[in-house]
Amino acid sequence: MHETKTKTKRVKDMPTLLWGLAFGIVFGFLLQKGGATKFDVIVGQLLLTDFTVLKIMLSAVLTGMIGIHAMKSLGWVQLNPKSGSAGMNIIGGLIFGVGFAVLGYCPGTIAGAIGNGYLDATVGGLVGILLGAGLFAALYPRLSEGILKKGEFGDLTLPRLFRVNDWVVVVPVAVLIFLLLYWLERAGR
Amino acid sequence: MLELLTQTRWSPYAVGIGIGILSWLTFLISKRPIACSTTFAKLSGMIEMVFRGDKVEQKPYYQKLRLVVGWQMMLVLGIVIGSLLSALVSGDFRWQWVPPLWAAASGSSPLLRVGVALLGGVIIGFGARWAGGCTSGHGISGTLQLAVSSWISAVCFFIGGILTAHLIFRLIGQ
Repeated sequence: MHETKTKTKRVKDMPTLLWGLAFGIVFGFLLQKGGATKFDVIVGQLLLTDFTVLKIMLSAVLTGMIGIHAMKSLGWVQLNPKSGSAGMNIIGGLIFGVGFAVLGYCPGTIAGAIGNGYLDATVGGLVGILLGAGLFAALYPRLSEGILKKGEFGDLTLPRLFRVNDWVVVVPVAVLIFLLLYWLERAGR
Repeated sequence: MLELLTQTRWSPYAVGIGIGILSWLTFLISKRPIACSTTFAKLSGMIEMVFRGDKVEQKPYYQKLRLVVGWQMMLVLGIVIGSLLSALVSGDFRWQWVPPLWAAASGSSPLLRVGVALLGGVIIGFGARWAGGCTSGHGISGTLQLAVSSWISAVCFFIGGILTAHLIFRLIGQ
């Protein structure tokens, strides 16, 4: 173990990398087939004229949530929820949202947009995201002990917040997502 | 089967269910959720290292992330390849500077579009690191784990996005 650790200092082991690549290829294929690599589809969602992005996300969450919690109940997987705080997730989320609308892609779909040949994503957006991430790294020492810690709640999940069994949250959330999708279809969106 | 691959668009529900099943597999096999935005922070640090040397790695944020090529960076590379393959087999690949919706609202100047995309990129790259995730890490993988941080973030992504998109498209007069 120690030997591989020193050898793979800058690059992780090959099976890990190949699985990442394989999953990414499937993910990118699906995003492109769904239209999520396109500016028009993403901005259409934000302008509330095209609900493709929401339909993809909600059906992914519905499917993923049920499967992941079933596998968790069976002891096959462990969850890995991100820690957060009001300062992180509300302010960061709103900043992200502004960028989402101005750019018209997000960090995952911009990789797909690059594969799709969209040069505004490659020449403009990608360079911008790298600069923005670098800017955050530069400011991180000043933010980390202040605003990012405001209203901290750790890696809390909804079942732990309500002190209930996972399924007491999974089932109603699944029903709500299903009803929302059903309603979107009924409304002709 | 082959016709399916050459179709330009699939039902968003088929795509979403596919991504959901993919997330089962990433948890089961790689013990990781699908996520993208950390990769851009690592890449940014690695590129800065080329210009400014090893001291870049000493920045507290990069100490936290660790500047290594790992699973997620390959996932993001895979997205580029997967999207390229999908677009090529369906004939949907094209070199395009200005998206049609943008062109209809504010003209077909590539320079303006690239400039605005650069600005948007800076904001979203900064915001993703501030929030600790993006549309995939928080919006899909985090919400499906019922993480509080991710539900708050995902809702804020869309509040910020919907308000800004309406403001922009009102200003540039669509």
